[in-house]
Amino acid sequence: MNDMSQGYTTADGRKIGGTLMEMKNITLRFGGVVAIKDISFDIREGEIRAIIGPNGAGKSSMLNVISGFYIPTEGEVWFRGERRPQMKPYQVAQQGIARTFQNIALFKGMSTLDNIMTGRMTMMKTGMAAQALWWGRAQREEDEHREKVEKIIDFLEIQHIRKTPVGRLPYGLQKRVELGRALAAEPKLLLLDEPMAGMNVEEKEDMSRFILDVNDEFGTTIALIEHDMGVVMDLSDRVVVMDYGKKIGDGTPDEVRNNQDVIDAYLGVSHD
Amino acid sequence: MPDQILYAMEVMINGLMAGVLYALVALGFVLIFKASGIFNYAQGVLALFAALTLVGLQQGQIPFSHLINAVFGTDVHHFGWELPAIVAIVLTIGVMVLLAIVIERFILKYLVNQEPIILFMATIGLAYFMEGFGDIMWGSDIKTLDVGLPQGASAWVEDNTAWLGGEGFYGFFIDKLDMVAAVVAAVLVISLTLFSQYSKQGRALRAVADDHQAALSVGISLRFIWVLVWSIAGFVALVAGIMWGAKSGVQFSLSLIALKALPVLMLGGFTSIPGAIVGGLIIGVGEKLFEFTIGPMVGGATENWFAYVLALLFLVFRPQGLFGEKIIERV
Ligand SMILES: Nc1ncnc2c1ncn2[C@@H]1O[C@H](COP(=O)(O)OP(=O)(O)OP(=O)(O)O)[C@@H](O)[C@H]1O
Ligand SMILES: [Mg+2]
Repeated sequence: MNDMSQGYTTADGRKIGGTLMEMKNITLRFGGVVAIKDISFDIREGEIRAIIGPNGAGKSSMLNVISGFYIPTEGEVWFRGERRPQMKPYQVAQQGIARTFQNIALFKGMSTLDNIMTGRMTMMKTGMAAQALWWGRAQREEDEHREKVEKIIDFLEIQHIRKTPVGRLPYGLQKRVELGRALAAEPKLLLLDEPMAGMNVEEKEDMSRFILDVNDEFGTTIALIEHDMGVVMDLSDRVVVMDYGKKIGDGTPDEVRNNQDVIDAYLGVSHD
Repeated sequence: MPDQILYAMEVMINGLMAGVLYALVALGFVLIFKASGIFNYAQGVLALFAALTLVGLQQGQIPFSHLINAVFGTDVHHFGWELPAIVAIVLTIGVMVLLAIVIERFILKYLVNQEPIILFMATIGLAYFMEGFGDIMWGSDIKTLDVGLPQGASAWVEDNTAWLGGEGFYGFFIDKLDMVAAVVAAVLVISLTLFSQYSKQGRALRAVADDHQAALSVGISLRFIWVLVWSIAGFVALVAGIMWGAKSGVQFSLSLIALKALPVLMLGGFTSIPGAIVGGLIIGVGEKLFEFTIGPMVGGATENWFAYVLALLFLVFRPQGLFGEKIIERV
């Protein structure tokens, strides 16, 4: 691949910047299971980076390492040019990394609006004491956040379910609310674990459009896991391919598609 | 109106007032259960400890004086000052927050992701520890708590209701302390509701109660939330401790009010704040009315068991409680 240390320009003319996140020699073990084996890759400012691979390849584990839910057994995580010390998931979130989960993790008892409001938790400044003492100021801040959240709701076309408890929503809409909550944090890096799993064709198209728009309009860097190859090829700028915890490919969708190891992994050629 | 009905009404009103206190204790349970899935067996002891601390601080008692005297052969008991009630209350709130931090730091932190039964056992341990600790710190003698709350029957209520009945009726007999308790409880519940609905931390609290993973992913520190909810539970325990302590003195039996909260929780559901309140009121009114009407026929003392029987009936016919969602077994 050509030298990209200063970034590159995509076929559709988007400017991709320097390295935002770099994973260096990450290994993750659970007892005897090696979920990730010595994997390195980078994510560049402004790009849509896909992670693909067969079931159990270690994709979600990788996302969990990035978001601080798993602590890698070995290796380093670099974010914005600095080595990241070991962090709790909530601290990672406060650094501007938002995520969604493979098995949707929403606040089921709360409304769509409240769910997305919690996404702004990291942006809220007023502390508890101040909130009690200056009710008016806290209220003003609340209103400002509320305005941002309403914009996200409009953007995701979910006005009609604003007040609905999300536990009652169909699966596809729940995925959309979860995306909304992540967007509300105005993240530097957005991690999406199978955002289109279990959706019908129409819902997938909507979701693809939202992901592209987020990237395009807000310049948000996105790393996503997806099984649907068509979607991956359409959306992503570069793809990491994992299989049995190892990285077996890394490059543009075209490069990856023609990589023999990748083809073998997907065709189920035996490993020996 | 016939006097008999008026007496029944008076019993009902007094039942409501007692129910408010049950509700207060139950509220402490619900708060912690909602946020962390822990059934906090120590809630009653927290109320006792809070009341002991309040009395001790107010009267200028030297903490651990028995221990100090035994070890050093001294004979110290009091600092020799008395604090105004409001100062003592604020200091006690500080102590309860400190206690919440200590509990999180030394117990909860190590029990993350454990089975509920293990967390429950931990709170049993905590309850007995706190009980002994409270004794050592402030002594085990019965103390009177006086923060200046009005006591005794309200003459105003009596005077203004006497006309309702005939010659033999002197008006409703209602304790002023009970009236204060009702007002305080109402204010407490309203502010807790406002806090949880409209503040950043309140929303974080609801988020944690709903889904830990999701809460982490939006940048909420679980440890901070636990300290927060144990602090609030400690504050609620203090309020309950003040009301019960003012009524019947601060002594070990105060920690047993937690047992009265159990039937309340079965009625109201373990996760519902309105449930705790309505449940408390129903039990308060129910046991007083039952004692008034049926009590004389069965030899009295029905207040000891009525609440539990009522809770049992509820378990049979409506196991999810008044406000809980209907449980439908998945097959
Ligand atoms: N918390 C955990 N404890 C133990 N093993 C785990 C844990 N999380 C993941 N694993 C193991 O790590 C391996 C990789 O799992 P992971 O969920 O990362 O795969 P994946 O690529 O996301 O798969 P899928 O496409 O099915 O979502 C699997 O063998 C899995 O069982
Ligand atoms: Mg996965």
